[in-house]
Amino acid sequence: MTSVSSALPTNAAPTGRLIFRHSAVVRVCHWINAICFVVLLMSGMQIFNADPALTWGQKTNFDTPFFSLTARQNDNGDPTAGVTTIFGHSFETTGLLGASGDENGDLEERGFPSWATLPAEQDLAMGRRWHFFFAWILVLNGLVYVVYLIGGRHIRDLWPSLADLKALPRSIADHARLRFPEGEEALHYNVLQKLAYLSVVIAFPILILAGLTMSPAIDSAFPWLLTLFGGRQAARALHFLLATYLVLFVIVHLVMVVLSGPLNNMRSMITGRYRIKEQR
Amino acid sequence: MMSERLILPSRARFTRRRLLLGLGLGAAAAPLSACSLDSRSPEVMSILDKAEELNKAVQRALLAPRTALAPEYPQSAISSYFKPNGSVDPDEPAYVAQRQSGFADWKLEVAGLVERPMKLTLADLRAMPSRSQITRHDCVEGWSCIGQWKGAPLSALLDAAGLKPQARYIAFFCADTLEQTLDNTGRYYETIDLIDAYHPQTILAYEMNFAPLPVEHGAPLRLRLERQLGYKMAKYVMRIEAIDGFAAIARGRGGFWEDRGYEWYAGI
Repeated sequence: MTSVSSALPTNAAPTGRLIFRHSAVVRVCHWINAICFVVLLMSGMQIFNADPALTWGQKTNFDTPFFSLTARQNDNGDPTAGVTTIFGHSFETTGLLGASGDENGDLEERGFPSWATLPAEQDLAMGRRWHFFFAWILVLNGLVYVVYLIGGRHIRDLWPSLADLKALPRSIADHARLRFPEGEEALHYNVLQKLAYLSVVIAFPILILAGLTMSPAIDSAFPWLLTLFGGRQAARALHFLLATYLVLFVIVHLVMVVLSGPLNNMRSMITGRYRIKEQR
Repeated sequence: MMSERLILPSRARFTRRRLLLGLGLGAAAAPLSACSLDSRSPEVMSILDKAEELNKAVQRALLAPRTALAPEYPQSAISSYFKPNGSVDPDEPAYVAQRQSGFADWKLEVAGLVERPMKLTLADLRAMPSRSQITRHDCVEGWSCIGQWKGAPLSALLDAAGLKPQARYIAFFCADTLEQTLDNTGRYYETIDLIDAYHPQTILAYEMNFAPLPVEHGAPLRLRLERQLGYKMAKYVMRIEAIDGFAAIARGRGGFWEDRGYEWYAGI
């Protein structure tokens, strides 16, 4: 049950020693969270497709959303192109956003394409059911993690020290050169890892609160949530933007996993054991 | 818009993505592992339904006191355009005739498990004590509009009719047919429980934005149920019934959209 900072060497193989990197709680929470995230993202895109536009404030501004996925249509009303509009600037995104192929390959008006949504077909009711079910699992899993984070002092592994922050420029330069910490340095997270993981730990609760603010019943019980987010539509927009941030995090996270030794990383998140490369 | 966008469940296809997803879900959630890979199979549905029960239980617990009010807004917040949804111009001959006569001989029927069944004209409803509220209407699709509503509190109506002890839900039967079906299950209806029926903001509105309720928003009378989503707020209400259950109505899930997969409890 040790965490990174208190890791002990368990094996002195010539290629580097194996340390115990991730506790069972972190590993189980990580994978439950990963599955929930995929289902919530795909069902979330299904839900978004029912009204693929974002505005700020309490009520919808139908005329000038700051973000929208729409389709251009011909005289018969058939979609001819998908259009993504951000702050009044429109880009043609046919095949991906705004309009994409249906099961017969014909262009169909829909925000996100069918391969990205759950279910694949346009079905808001089912999208909502998947979303809420996995939202419950995500929240319960998240509560276990947060209790462990604070109670088990795992937070110390994520909280950057002053020395960490001073090392930020060097860490960025090292990452840019794809030079990853070895030996003693690899026993704990570097400052970029700490900041990235900490940002996710902070983003999730805000994203969940923004999601709850879309509920009219929750708004009746806790009207301050509307004040906090600046309205129901603002909360909807923020929910979407934070989800986008998490998608970007996951992309970077996966790239780093691959670049810094995918088998070693995967083993450490499955069995807990991570091989430290000795410094030469 | 909703009726156009909603595609009724077709048999889901077996795709590689579904397979991968199914494997992933199966590995993670033990209760799901016994399920087929069809994301809409009855087994999956019954598990996913647990979330609705949990949402309802937790939201109702949080909402105690049960009278917690939905936020109300200043007049300046009223939406310049309030999007009409679902039916916007019912073409049933009986309704068209009522509309053409300005609902002069329209009557709201109050029936079912009540001591004193009633038939009320618009004038009767307008003569009752009223409540006016400027509230936010949240559509299940995601958008919101703010509008003013004035009408008779449902609680006053139910008290006047006198609920029998067996009554557990209030059903609203509407004039509009939103989907053509052979068995007439496409007629709009809704059900709510007594907690919501007696909520102070639950009104039968005959006025919107300081004018008579327009046809596209449910003339002559619609339900306002401010702590739930828009599809619960039946328009073109013709008959109200106190009932002890809704399994025998239409397809048995308690509402037009509920019969098509949406949650009965629409507080989220």
